[in-house]
Amino acid sequence: MQRVAVFVFGLALLAGAGFWWLTRPQGLDDADIATLMALDADPERGAGVFWAGGCAGCHSAPGAEDDDAPVLSGGQRFETEFGVFIAPNISPHPDHGIGTWGRADFANAMMRGISPQGAHYYPAFPYTAYALADLQEIADLQAFIATLPPSDAVAPEHELAFPFTFRRGIGLWKARYLGEDWVLQGDLSPEVERGRHLVEALAHCAECHTPRDSFGGLDRAAWMEGAPNPSGDGRIPGITPGALGWSRQDIALYLESGFTPEFDVAGGSMAAVVRAMARLTPADRDAIAAYLLALE
Amino acid sequence: MPFRTPLLASILGLATAGAVLADTNPAVDARQAQFTLYAHNLAVVGSMAQGRMDYDADAAQTAADNLYHLTRHDQGRMWPEGTDNASIEGTRALPGIWEDLDDFTAKFVALQEAAESLQAVAGDGLDALRPAVGQLGAACAACHDANRAER
Repeated sequence: MQRVAVFVFGLALLAGAGFWWLTRPQGLDDADIATLMALDADPERGAGVFWAGGCAGCHSAPGAEDDDAPVLSGGQRFETEFGVFIAPNISPHPDHGIGTWGRADFANAMMRGISPQGAHYYPAFPYTAYALADLQEIADLQAFIATLPPSDAVAPEHELAFPFTFRRGIGLWKARYLGEDWVLQGDLSPEVERGRHLVEALAHCAECHTPRDSFGGLDRAAWMEGAPNPSGDGRIPGITPGALGWSRQDIALYLESGFTPEFDVAGGSMAAVVRAMARLTPADRDAIAAYLLALE
Repeated sequence: MPFRTPLLASILGLATAGAVLADTNPAVDARQAQFTLYAHNLAVVGSMAQGRMDYDADAAQTAADNLYHLTRHDQGRMWPEGTDNASIEGTRALPGIWEDLDDFTAKFVALQEAAESLQAVAGDGLDALRPAVGQLGAACAACHDANRAER
């Protein structure tokens, strides 16, 4: 009897250790960190990454106005079936923002979803997309964010129910969903390849426009086919050529002006996306259109 | 039996018509018609601003005049209580409109002002038209952002 208890205890210990090992936060490898630290960061290039990534769309205060230098105070609420996620302050404030983060801290947050203290971030923060960004872009982005106004706002905690309060479990989620390759494969023109980089790595369009499986991972087989609105009202439209039926010019002009070909005006979460996309170069908006038309 | 079949059909027909009638609301129809007319005129100045259509001062001014007058149409009977998307089908109007009518009104006033600015410059060339169309689009977006549900 005692031997059985010892055996069961040993098994539980092993299972626990296995879980602990599987779910451990894993940052960028040493070679990537070495490359990253040797880069020269340019805040002007970083501004391009910032607007392509749509950072301000989620991290500015609720209802904030369109601004060249947005205050990334956080506080917007994102309702999902897992609970309510609240965007944190990522302004360069030293205590309440990310002003004291090193470059490796920033890159591990963006590309591996790990805080400087080594905790997993919830994938409401789309690091699975940013993992495909270039290290140079990450360094430039951090340099740009450092030029924005600091905010001492403190965003409330996420409102999640057990078991989603258990961050360690995100390690398992990451083992399944982090580190995927590009969705659109094949011999691509330079323009479509640029569009792919913008859409899949930076602008993370799929986070809303692609449905999710029951674990909250993107269903890559239904890429950009539209999805239920996570906050419950209506649907996020599909943006494949078949679902949208828009020309290259229609897409590019929509991203610039917010006007659909029927001259409806974008609203909802897409209004903030368009405000950011309007700041890209026309060539980049064309590249996004070319990418979307290359799907299917 | 030969009598009952047409009778049944007409009862069913009436019931169907009743169901359709129950889904339409004159106030909702009126406000949606108004949005359609906004888009009808925005298409002219918007297409010019976007470069889809060559600039034409007369056509731009006519569309801008229309938008000015359309945004002066009194809204008083278009937004009765109970016509939000949680209460009825066939609308994307969010309940928040009625929870903060002052904000809704302020956003409508911003639209009126943008239409007035556009009317003032629409005939003055493409460089004058473009920012004014942008301002009008931003006024539309501000309200859609807050008060209109996804499809």
